[in-house]
Formats: sequence, structure tokens, C-alpha cells
Amino acid sequence: MDLSAINPVLLIASLMVAATPLLLAAVGELVVEKAGVLNLGVEGMMIVGAIAGFATAVESGSPLLGFVVAAIAGAALSTLFAILTQFAQANQVASGLSLTLFGLGLSALMGQSYVGIKPPQMQDIHFPLLSDLPVVGPILFTHDIILYFGIALTAAIWAVLKYSRVGLILRAVGENHDAAHALGYKVLRIRVLAILFGGACAGMGGAYISLIRVPQWTEGMTAGIGWIALALVVFASWKPWRVLLGAYLFGGVTVVQLNLQAAGVAIPVEYLAMSPYLITIVVLVILSADKSSAPAALGRNFHASR
Amino acid sequence: MKLTKLLTGAAMALGLATSAMAEDKTKVGFVYVGPVGDGGWTYEHDQGRKAVVAEFGDKVETVYVENVAEGPDAERVITQMALQGADLIFTTSFGYMDPTINVAKKFPNVKFEHATGYKRADNVSTYSARFYEGRAVQGTIAGHMTKSNIVGYIGSYPIPEVIRGINSAYLHAKKVNPDVTFKIVWAFTWFDPAKEADAAKVLIEQGADVILQHTDSTAPQAAAQAAGNVITFGQASDMAEYGPLPRVSSIIDNWAPYYIARTKAVMDGTWTSVDTWDGIGPGMVGIGEISDAVPAEVKAEALALKDAIANGSYHPFTGPINKQDGSAWLADGEIADDGTLAGMNFFVEGIEGDIPQ
Amino acid sequence: MIRLEKRPQPSRAWSIATPLVAVLATMIAGGLLFAILGKDPVEAIRTIFWEPLFGEFAFYYRPQLLIKGAPLVLIAIGLSLGFRAGIWNIGAEGQYIMGALFGAGMGLAFYPLEAWYIFPLMVIAGAFGGWLWAMIPALLKVRFGTNEILVSLMLVYVAEQFLASMSLGLLKNPEGFGFPGSRNLQQYESAHNADLIAGSGMHWGVVAALIAVIFAYVLLNRHMLGYQIRLTGEAPRAARFAGVRPARLILFCLGASGMLAGLAGMFEVSGPSGQVSIDFNVGYGFTAIIVAFLGRLHPVGILLAGGLMALTYIGGDIAQSNMGLPSAAIQVFQGMLLFFLLAFDLLTNFRLRLGKPEVA
Repeated sequence: MDLSAINPVLLIASLMVAATPLLLAAVGELVVEKAGVLNLGVEGMMIVGAIAGFATAVESGSPLLGFVVAAIAGAALSTLFAILTQFAQANQVASGLSLTLFGLGLSALMGQSYVGIKPPQMQDIHFPLLSDLPVVGPILFTHDIILYFGIALTAAIWAVLKYSRVGLILRAVGENHDAAHALGYKVLRIRVLAILFGGACAGMGGAYISLIRVPQWTEGMTAGIGWIALALVVFASWKPWRVLLGAYLFGGVTVVQLNLQAAGVAIPVEYLAMSPYLITIVVLVILSADKSSAPAALGRNFHASR
Repeated sequence: MKLTKLLTGAAMALGLATSAMAEDKTKVGFVYVGPVGDGGWTYEHDQGRKAVVAEFGDKVETVYVENVAEGPDAERVITQMALQGADLIFTTSFGYMDPTINVAKKFPNVKFEHATGYKRADNVSTYSARFYEGRAVQGTIAGHMTKSNIVGYIGSYPIPEVIRGINSAYLHAKKVNPDVTFKIVWAFTWFDPAKEADAAKVLIEQGADVILQHTDSTAPQAAAQAAGNVITFGQASDMAEYGPLPRVSSIIDNWAPYYIARTKAVMDGTWTSVDTWDGIGPGMVGIGEISDAVPAEVKAEALALKDAIANGSYHPFTGPINKQDGSAWLADGEIADDGTLAGMNFFVEGIEGDIPQ
Repeated sequence: MIRLEKRPQPSRAWSIATPLVAVLATMIAGGLLFAILGKDPVEAIRTIFWEPLFGEFAFYYRPQLLIKGAPLVLIAIGLSLGFRAGIWNIGAEGQYIMGALFGAGMGLAFYPLEAWYIFPLMVIAGAFGGWLWAMIPALLKVRFGTNEILVSLMLVYVAEQFLASMSLGLLKNPEGFGFPGSRNLQQYESAHNADLIAGSGMHWGVVAALIAVIFAYVLLNRHMLGYQIRLTGEAPRAARFAGVRPARLILFCLGASGMLAGLAGMFEVSGPSGQVSIDFNVGYGFTAIIVAFLGRLHPVGILLAGGLMALTYIGGDIAQSNMGLPSAAIQVFQGMLLFFLLAFDLLTNFRLRLGKPEVA
């Protein structure tokens, strides 16, 4: 056993990369849930984003364009969910699960000719001077632009929800859609927009996996990250900064687990592999004292005639 | 009981029907555990299927079903192929072993080929590849190339196949570089590219400058490329797109020669149940082009080893070899028997860490 | 402009007609997809829906429908009880795994003893394993108010790791040459959940699924507890006034669904599947959630929905090998089917009206 082999600076830098797809998908879902909608189709939207972004980046040579298209593709898929739940009044849990099934199949069809191709590389940004700082430099200033975008997005969502009128309306719709309707807000329109936003974020999260974190295309490559993102939102009790914290914690536990293995710590591996989930449960229990934050109308459909 | 008889009867009737009707067309079925687009295990089996089509053209008809879960689904899909007149069925995952045997009992006229298992019958063959031969070549290159003397190894699950590979790579790295140590990380998943990427990064951060992988995605290659100064080997497929650096060579699953030979045997009526465990020699295990990043003398040594293994003059597990706990396993000059190799569940002396149980 | 008007009562006629309309719509949209992929759409649809039921080899596929459908129905029935009361157990997959591990573990503990009491003990152990795993989210919810959706979901991943550990360690077949996976229970007479009539597909899991359907029907329609479940789901405040104790309901609903999922796992591992292996679970626990909703959380509906899902799986595999359709196309097709079923459900609860909204 040699714990000194673990370099905490590199560990933190790499857990930030590991956490970014989770973060992107989870903050998107947070907005959706704040509006009172539970979309369990995150995994499906992520993987469609992953292949749409990958294919675009390969064809155009531009990873950035890939991310844009991934966001559009994620949003397009979420439109299906919006139609089902907002206009056809279908059950949200079942619609979300179906969306995941559909997305996994669709992505595999789309990706048939992209197996075994290497995508164009996304360059890390190098901040002059800052990148060379000890400790802080590698942790904060040597990443790709999407990683910073994810953090900025989290900040923006936090600010919008907390301070802006849009955030207020969104929360009103999520807390009590009947009252919001009575106040003259277009409940359905707001929810549809929130769902599209969530889809776009999930799509980008997926593209982060296929373009930066792995990078390659294989069927089913999101391997359950969308589900973790869902868990994160509740874990964070619908607070953007806690989503960030949770994403780092979750990414961190996996990376630490692998680090301990490589350092030869003699803990049974399968129990180490369980640890992220067990720790999430423990944190959930600790946080569940805080009951104020779940949107009251979460998962309930709205129809004006009620 | 009655229905089993009925089944067999129907199958036999069908067998007669197809053999009468399809005198010129041999039907070959493939059952895959993953999607053909996985870029690894299943992808390579499907390349083998395509090679059969290319070889025999109109004389064969191939069918396949992908994403078949092990257990009852596998049994159903195999039965379905047999019912619909397949003459030869390849089942390409270890977990298909009992389902294959079950179905084979009901269809004595259909030939079955099960990959990586150990149960056989009159109409069931088994086949597998000696990937550890390729690992020996990898280990040799890795031992020469490492500067930090730390080689990282990403394993999926601690099963004999993976353990054998680790042992073989370690023995040959050690042979050319006595200071080498292995850091082993178990991913505990067959397929999770993101986790493989993390595992590779972790190993690199802890000083490994050679990464060996027993998982199929290119994630570790990309991580090594990003890190620089780290070399890797392709796994399952060549992964040439990552050459000449970080990917310096690869182990390639090449099922095509076997699939073609067995299909031919069915066509000729010479098929018999066999236990095949082929390596570099017959071409089931391919060694990908060793890139120029490897010094010429190392390349020559690796190729010499490859040739020695291929022509049978050298076996990667030749004594003296001790087990991890120091007890003797193979005496000087003794060669490991296939039974022990097939069920290998111990590390050899010198490897640190325990096999998770 | 089209406008929705909520029906005072769900329409009976439409509740029967919508599934048919939805299947028809799927056939059209799916046919289009198959045509785009260059396959004969009519032949593909016929293969998926007709072949398993009435095709040349239906004698084999019909029993397979029972084998594929039984665990789905068994799990979905349990889940539907909780879903009706607003208690969301989405970790049935984990409970299914634990049921299988406990059941198989119990059986293997007796190996090679042959005795009549082994199988009943395995049934009890399997039910207990699933129940135990579901009690974790239940107790955490009752005691700390922790969200059961997440805890049950997280426990799926924990159970999967546990399964891997067991197949590589404790339950590994000592005669398996070091390969992962347990002994095959199909070859252990006393522990084998065999077809009751050979080749019929009717194993104890199918019987249990049918009993569960009847039991749930009676519970929901004739029993006080069933009434409380429905009341809690439809009007939580009223339920509290009516004296429903939420904690008791949570423990019951999660416990029952965990138990049924555990049973499903146990019947699967001792019968059709035969052994514990790393990849033993194939997603029944998640698919059952869809089945529960497709069946509109009604026991009879779930029975039909389970059958339909099983049909598309089996038919889908046939279409793959006969027509060379990729499995992804089948997945998309299933997704479409679910979308249409969910979307057309609208017609049961709402009336479509043309024209301007009336002034209220």
C-alpha cells in the first residue's frame, strides 16, 4: 500500500472532468423539476446528445459545433416528452422511462457508422500565468471550455432562480400550477420551455462523454450516468450549488475508489465500487431533515379545466 | 416430456426439410451478448460473421441476434435459430454455456459452437483464444518501454481469463525488466467507457507510463494521449487510430479463420465436436503492427517472441514459476497444463495485491 | 382549434379502444421506420406481433411468452400498489437481485441434499430477500423522511455489485473451473423451479404472478387497506382525516412490492435462468415500471401489458434473426409503442373538442 502515490491535485482536477457530464445533465433536470415536471428520460436524452454531438464533430471537425447540435438534439427528443406529458396528459414517470428506451434505440441507429472513429480533439484552455500556478493552476485553469461552461451555467441558474422574475414564475409554476394559472401565467408554455432546456443540457452532458471524457462512440456508452444525474437533483434538494457539490462528490468517490485500488489498499473492490451509492444514501438521509425544497407540484400534470 | 418429443420431432422434420431444400445454402446463426456496435467483443465476432459471408457468398446465409441477455433469453434465441433451420450456431458469450447445451439436446442434427466455455457434447464444440500469448508480447514491450517501472493494468472482473492475462504480461515484463511493478485496477464492469477513462487517468497520475487494458473501449487510449509520454496497447480491435503513440501495438480478436473453417466443415459434412483453444499460431489472436515508437531492437525481440509462441517452440507459462504466496507452481522447464490455465485463480510471484474474492 | 375537455368519468369505451388505436398507430409509425431501414414493413410487423402467437413455431413461443411475462407481471403488480398511493419504488431491479441471491443461497446451502422442503424454503428466502432490500428505503422514509425514489434506485447499483461479488465468491460453483457463476439449479432436482407441465412454460413464477393479480384485484376493490391505498393516492389530505397511517402504508407498499420482486428473482434464478451470474439481472425491475403504467396500475391491465411487452421482446428477437433488423430498431419500436399507448390514453380521460373554449 502506498498512499503517497495519490496526488490530490491531479485527483481533484480529474474528478472535475468526471463530474461535468453529471453536472450538465443534473442542472438541466433541476430546472425541469423546479417547474414541477419529473423527466426520467435523462439517460435517453444524454445518449442521443452523445451521438448527435459526436457525429457532428466528426463531420464538421468542430467539437464546439458538436456541442451545439447535441443540445439541439437533446431538446428535440425532450419535445416528445413535452408533447406526451403537457398536451396528452400522460403519466410523467412512464413517459420518462419510455423516452430513455426510445433514446437508447435511436442513438444506436444513428451511430451505426460511427463506431471506431476518433473525434476531433477539444483543446484545453491555457490561461497565461494562471495555469502555471502551483496547486490552483492544474485544478482550476487547465480544463476545456465546456467544463467552465457547466460551472457558469450552474451559477446562472442559481442567480436566475433566486433573483429574477423568470425564476420566480418558474418556481410558482412548480409549487402550485393552479395558483400560477390563476395569476395568468401560461403554465404549459413555461413547463414546455423548461423541459426543452433540460433536454438541451442533458444532450450537452452526453456529448461531453462522447467528445471529451472518453472520447469515442459506442452504443449505450452513457452507462447509467443519466440515472445518477436524476439522483443528484434530489440529493441536492433542488439547489444548484448543491448539485455542483454533489456532482463533485459523486465523481470524486469513484475517482478516489480507483485511486485507492491503484495504490494497493486492501479493501474488497466490489464494496469500494458500491461506496458511491452507499455514501449518496447516507448523505440523503442527512439532508432529508431539509424538507422545504421539493417543488410541491412535482410530477403532477396540469390541465386548465381542473 | 411429450412436448420435448414434439419439439425434437418438429426439429427433425425441419432438419430434413431444410437439408432437402437448402442443399446449396448453409444457414449459420450467431448469438451476440452486446450490440454489434460495441467496438470490441461483439464487434469482432460480427467481423468474423462478415468474413464467412465474404468467403462463401451465396452458399451461406448468416443470421444474428444482438443484445441477447444470458439465461432464458439466450435459450429462446438459440432455439429460435435452430427451429428456423440453422445448420450451425455460434454462441459467443460464456454465460450462454448451459443454454447452448440445453438447446443442443433438443436438436441433435444442428451443430453448436460455444465460445469460452468448457461443456461439450456430440453436437457442441467449444472454442476460445489464447489471449495470454498476446499478453506475453505486450509484457515484453511494456517491460522495455516503461521508464517509471510502473505498469498500470485495467481489469474488468477477476475471472480466470483476465488473471491469466495479468500473469502472462507480468512474467514477461519482469523477464526483461526486473524492477517492474504492476498496479492493477478492477473496474467491476464489462462496459463503462467513462469508468475506464477514470481508471486510466488514475493509473497515469500514480506514475504508470504503460497502460494495459482488459476492457474494450478506447477510453484509456485517449486518456494516455492526453497525458503524453504514456504508451498503450489496443484491445480486441487494433485501435490503430491511436497509433503510433500512445498505441504501440495491440491484441486483436480474430475469429474469422475459425468461423470460416467450421462453416466449411458443416458444408463438407466433416464437422465433429472439438475443443479449440487457439492462439497466435493459427491466427485467432492477432498482434497489431508494432509502431515505430518502439525501438527497433525491442520490436525485434517482441516479434521473435511472437514467432516462438506461434511455432510452438515457446510457451508463455514455462517454469520455474512460483505462485504469489511463494509456493512452487511450475518446476524448471515445466509447461502449464491447459486445465490449470483455464481456471487460473491465483497471481504469480511478484505481483502485489489480492484478487478480489 | 382543438381543445381538451376533461370527462367527468373516464370513458369505458375508450379505455378499451385506446390500446388498439395505439398499437395500430405504432404499426404505421414503426412500419415507416422499418421501411426507412430498407426492410419490408408489413413482414416486420407481422413477424413481431403474429409470429410468436400464431406462426409456424408458435407451439414453442407461446410458453416463452409466459416465461418472459411472468416476472414482469409479478413485479409490476407489487409496484402498482405503491404507485397508487404515491409511494415510488423504482428499485425493484435491486430487490429482484436480492430475492434471487437469497433464494439461490438457501437452495445451494442444502446442496446436494434432496428434500421436499428445500424449494418452499427457497421461496420464503427469496421473498424475504426482496422484502429486506425494500425495507431499507421504507424505514429511512418513515424514520427520516428520506426520498424513497432515490434510495431504492441507489440500492439497485449496490445490489448489482453484491451480485458480482457473490458470483465471483461465495456462491461460485466449486466445480466450475474457476469461472464466475453459481451451480445450475436446473440440475439440482429439489431446488429446480421446473415447468409444472413439461414444455408448457408454466412454472411456479407464472402461478405466483396469476395469484398476485387476483390478490391485488381483491385487495384494491374489496379490502379496507386497498381503499386506503387508493384514497392516499387520490386525496392525501382526505386520507389523513380518514385515519390512514402513512407510515404503515409506506411499510406495506414497499414491503409488498419488494417481496414480489424478490419472488420474481427467486423463481427466475431457480427456473428459466438456473444460476446466479454477474449478468443475471436483465432489467425486469425497470421494464416492470413501464408495464405497471401501461396497465394503468390496474391488476388486469398489468396482466395484459406484461403480455404485450413479452410479445414485443420475443417477436423482436425473431425479427432480428429473420429479417436482419438491428436490435436498436426493435428498441425504438418498443419506445414508439409506449409513447402511443401513453399519448392515446388522453382519449380515456378527455374529450377532444373543436372550436373556441366556452366562457366559464
